[in-house]
Amino acid sequence: MTLTQLLNNLTADTLGSLQPFAPELCVVGTILVLLFVRLFDCDRLLPGSLVAMVGTVLALGFSVHQFRQFGNGTLEPQTLFTGLLLFDPFTVFFRIFLLLFLAFVVYLTIVTGIPDAEDAPDFYTLILGSTLGMLLMVAANHLLMVFLAIEMTSVPSYAMVGFLKGRRSASEAALKYVVYGAGAAGVMLFGISLLAGLLGTAYLPDLAPALMDVGRNGYSLANPTVRTLALGVLMVLAGIGFKLSLFPFHFWAPDVFEGASAEVGGFLSVASKGAAFALLVRFLLALAGGPGAVAGGANSLTMQVGIGLALIAVVTTTFGNLAAYGQTNVKRMLAYSTIAHAGYMLMAVAALALMLNAPLTETFTLAARSEAAAQCVQGLLYYLVVYFFMNLGVFAIVAFVRNSKFSENLGDFSGLVRQSPVLALCLLVCVFSLIGLPPFGGFFGKFMVFFSVLASAKVHWVMWVVLVMGLFNTVFSLFYYLRLLKHAFIDEPANDSRPVRAELTSDSGCYALLVSLPVFLLGVAVDPISRVAEDVARWLLQA
Amino acid sequence: MTPDPVFLLSAIIFLPAIGALILSLFNPKSEDGMRSFANIIAGATFVLTLLAWFGFDPAKAEMQMSVSIPWIKSWNINYQLGADGISMPLVLLTSLISWLALAASTSIQKHIKGYLILFLLLETGMLGVFLSLDFFLFYIFWEVMLLPMYFLIGIWGGERREYAAIKFFLYTLVGSVLMLIALLMLYFDGGRTFDILRLQEIGQGRIDGLSYTQFVQITAFILLFIGFAIKVPVFPFHTWLPDAHVQAPTPISMILAGVLLKMGGYGIMRIAFPICPVGAYYAAHVLVVLAVTSIIYGAFAAMAQTDFKRLVAYSSVSHMGYVLLGIAVWKLSEGAAGEESKQYWNMGMQAAMFQMLAHGISSPGMFFMVGVIYDRVHHRDLNKFGGLMGLMPLYGGLAVGLFFAGLGLPGMCGFIGEVFSVLSSWNFSKVYAIIAASGVILTAGYILWAVQRVFLGAEYKGPHPEAITPITWNEALIGSVLLGLCIIMGVFPNLVFNQMQASISLLVDNMYSAKSLGTSALTTLLNR
Repeated sequence: MTLTQLLNNLTADTLGSLQPFAPELCVVGTILVLLFVRLFDCDRLLPGSLVAMVGTVLALGFSVHQFRQFGNGTLEPQTLFTGLLLFDPFTVFFRIFLLLFLAFVVYLTIVTGIPDAEDAPDFYTLILGSTLGMLLMVAANHLLMVFLAIEMTSVPSYAMVGFLKGRRSASEAALKYVVYGAGAAGVMLFGISLLAGLLGTAYLPDLAPALMDVGRNGYSLANPTVRTLALGVLMVLAGIGFKLSLFPFHFWAPDVFEGASAEVGGFLSVASKGAAFALLVRFLLALAGGPGAVAGGANSLTMQVGIGLALIAVVTTTFGNLAAYGQTNVKRMLAYSTIAHAGYMLMAVAALALMLNAPLTETFTLAARSEAAAQCVQGLLYYLVVYFFMNLGVFAIVAFVRNSKFSENLGDFSGLVRQSPVLALCLLVCVFSLIGLPPFGGFFGKFMVFFSVLASAKVHWVMWVVLVMGLFNTVFSLFYYLRLLKHAFIDEPANDSRPVRAELTSDSGCYALLVSLPVFLLGVAVDPISRVAEDVARWLLQA
Repeated sequence: MTPDPVFLLSAIIFLPAIGALILSLFNPKSEDGMRSFANIIAGATFVLTLLAWFGFDPAKAEMQMSVSIPWIKSWNINYQLGADGISMPLVLLTSLISWLALAASTSIQKHIKGYLILFLLLETGMLGVFLSLDFFLFYIFWEVMLLPMYFLIGIWGGERREYAAIKFFLYTLVGSVLMLIALLMLYFDGGRTFDILRLQEIGQGRIDGLSYTQFVQITAFILLFIGFAIKVPVFPFHTWLPDAHVQAPTPISMILAGVLLKMGGYGIMRIAFPICPVGAYYAAHVLVVLAVTSIIYGAFAAMAQTDFKRLVAYSSVSHMGYVLLGIAVWKLSEGAAGEESKQYWNMGMQAAMFQMLAHGISSPGMFFMVGVIYDRVHHRDLNKFGGLMGLMPLYGGLAVGLFFAGLGLPGMCGFIGEVFSVLSSWNFSKVYAIIAASGVILTAGYILWAVQRVFLGAEYKGPHPEAITPITWNEALIGSVLLGLCIIMGVFPNLVFNQMQASISLLVDNMYSAKSLGTSALTTLLNR
C-alpha cells in the first residue's frame, strides 16, 4: 500500500465519519461561536445562554434523527475515525440523554441567573466542552480514546466547580476535585498502559480475544501475566469509579457538591455519571467479548470483576445512605444520595457482568442469555432516565431556594409548602422517587435493576446479598429523605427568614413542574421508555 | 342493569383521586365548600361501591367483574381488577369507613385543603389494594398509601406526631421491601406473570410444568407473611401501632383501625396462603402461636394503659389476633378426620373474615368515641374521667354500646367472629383454643374497667369540666350508624356470611386439593 493510498483511505474514512459525528461537530461549533462572541465583544447583543441553547438543541436534533434512522434500519452500527469511536444505537441513546440534559441545565441556568451576563460565555464554553468529552466517552472504542474522553470531561468540570469566584468553599472544592481527578487519571492511564502492553492492543474489540489467549490455562493469579492484567483492569476501573463516585473513590463528591453551585452539582451528578456508566458497560463488554463470544462462559476474569463490582455496589449504596444521615447542608446530603444511587445502578452493571458468564444449558440458550443480559442493561438505562429528572429536579429546587435564602441548609426548607406550594410539591415528587416509592419513576428503575439482580443470583449467590442489601437500603435512605420533606411540609418557617417566592406561573415554578412531571409520568406510563431502553439494550447485546 | 366493570371499578378506585385533583383548584379560604365537596366525593364513592355490590352475586365463588387491560407490556403487568366474596365486603367497609371518617373530620382545623386532598388520595390507595388482582398493581397501591398516611399523621397528629409518622412509614416500608423480594421471586419462577389468580394456581401445583420449589414457597411465604403481619399487626411486629393510632387525629385513627389493619389480613388470605400453600402449611403452628400471643398480649397491654386511646389501640392488637387464629388453623388429616378438619378450617377462615369486618366497624367506633370526648376536654387520662353518662347521656349510651361491641357481647358483632375463631381452633389444638378463649375474659376485663372509669361514677374528676357539652347531631349520627351496624351484624350474622361463604369455601377447597389433587400435589411438593 503506497502512502497515497493510505492517505486516500484516511481521507475517505474521515470524511465518511463526519456525518455520524454531526452532533459533536455541532457542539464544537457552538463552543467556537461562544468564544468569538466574547472576542468581538458582542456578548451583550447575543447572550451566551442563547447561543448555548441553540447549539444544544441543534445537536439534539441531529441525534434524534440518527436514532430514528437506526430505528427504521437506514443506519447500521459502524466505527468512526479508523475505529476510535463506535457509532451504534447505544451511543446515540446516550448522546440524546446527555444533550437533552445539557439543554435542561442551560435552561436552569437561565432561570436561576447563574452565571451572570459577564461570565456567561465562559461558563457555557466550559459546560459544552465537558459535554463534548462525555459524548466521546459513550462512543469510545479504544483505550486511548477512553482516557482522552475522561480527561476532556474532567478538566472543564474542575473549572466549573470553582466558578463561583471569590467563595472559599468553591475554590477549595475545585482544588480537591483537581487533585483527586489528576490522581485518578494517572492511575487509569497506568492501568491502560499495562493492559495495552500485555495484550498488544488498545482497541476494545480486540481485548477479549487477547484475554482469552492469556487465559488458555485458566486465570490463576500465580501467573504473573494474569496478575498484572488484573491490576491493569482494576486501575482502569478505579478511574471510572472516580467518575461514578463509587466507594472508595467517592471522597471528592461531598466537598465538591457542597462547594459548587447547585446547577453545576446537578450537571455533574447526572451527566458525568450517565456517561461513565455507558463507558463502564462498554469496557465490561470489551473484556467479556460480548454475549456471544464466550459460549461456555469461561472468561472468568469478568466473572471476578462482576463479583467485585457487586460488592462495591453494596458498600457504596450503604455508605452513601448512612453518611447522608448527619448532614445539615442539603447539597452535601444530596452528594451522598448520588453516591448511593450510583451504587444502585452499579448493581445492574454487576448483574450484567455475571449474566455474561452464566453457564449455558439446554433451556438457557445463548439467545436467552443475551436476552437476560439485555434486561440488565435495560434496567440501567431506565434508571438513568428517571435519575436524570428526579436528581435534576431536586438540585433545581435547591437552587431556587438558595436564590431566595442565600444558603442551602435544611432549615432553609422549613415551611416551604406555605411559601411556595409548587416547589414543595415538586420536591415531594422528586424525593419520593429518589426513595423509590411508586407511583413515581424511581420505583420502576429500582424494580428493573433488582429484577436483573435476582436473575443473576442464579449465576452467583453473592447477588442475593446484593438484592437484600439493596432493598434494605431503601429503608435506610428513608430517614434523611424524609427529613428534608419534614422540613418542607411539617415544620413552620422560621420567623425572621426570607420567604421563598416561586409562584406556579413564575419561571422557577414552571421549571420545577417541567422537571418533576416526567418523574411522575415515568412511573405511570412505563412502557414507552422501557421499550426504547429494551431496544437499545438488545442492539448492544446482539448475540 | 350492571355498568361496565372496567368503568365501575376504575371509578371506585380513582374517583377520590380525581376529587383530590379538583380540590387542589379550590380557593383555600372556602373551607366549608371544600369540606362539602370532599364529603360528596366520599359519599359518591360509597354509592359506587354499593352499585358494585348490587351487581355482585354472592352465590358465585369465582372472581366477578374481572377486568384485565395490559399496562406495562414489556413486563407483562396488567391493570387487573375484580372482586369476590373476600374482597367485596372489605371494599364496602373501606368506602363506608372513609366516608364516616371524613364526616368526622370537623375537628380538623389546620390546613384543611391539604388534609382533604391527602385523605382522598389515601382512599384511592386503600380501594385499589382490595380490588387489584395483579400482584404488581396491588403492591403499587399498597405503597401509594404510605405517602398520604405519613403526612396525615405527621402534620395533623398529636404531640409526638413526627415520631409516630416516621415509625409507621418505616415499619410498613420494611414490610413492603420483604414483599418486593417475594414478588420478584414469584414473578421470576412463575413464568413472568403477576396475575394473582395464576400465581395461586402455580403455587397450588395446578399448572403442568410450572411450580415453585419448596425453597421458594417457604421463603416467599415467610417474606410475605412478615410483610402482612406488620400491617395486621401480629405480635411481635405490632409496636408501630400504639404510636401511630394514638398520635393520629381521630378520623385517621378510624381509618387505620378500620381499614389499614384489614389489608394485612386480606393479604394473608389472598396472597400469602393461596400462593405459598407449602410454606403456609409448614408455618401453621407458628402462626397459631403468634395469634394466641397477640390475643393475650394485646389484652394485657390494653389493661395496663392509662391513656384511653392507647387502650383502644392495644385492643386492636388483641382483636386482630382472632383474625390470624382463624386463618391459621389449617390441619391436614387423613380420611373422615380430614373432611372434618377442612370444615373447621372453613369455619375459621369465615370467622376471620367476619372478625375483620366486625373489628372494622367497632374499632373505628371506639376511636371516634374517644375522639369526641378528647375534643371537649383535651385529655385522655382514664383516671381523670368519670360520670360522663350523666353529663352526656346520648354520648354515653352510644359509646358504651360500641365498647360492648368490641368486648364481644353476644348479640353484637364482636361475639360472632371471636367465638367461631376460637371454635375452629379447638380442632387444631385444644390448648391454644383454651388460651384464646381466655382472651375473651381479659377483653371483658379491660373494657368493663374502662367503661366504669370513664362513664360511670358520681362526678367528672378531670380538667375542663366546663367544656363538656352534649354530643352534636353530626357526631351522634356517625356513632349511631356504627352502633347500628354492630347490632345488625351481631343479630343477623348470616347477612355477612352469605357474602363470603362461596368464595371462602372455594379457597379452602383449592388449598386442600393442592394436597389431594391427582397424586396429591402438595405431598409431591412437600417431598421435592
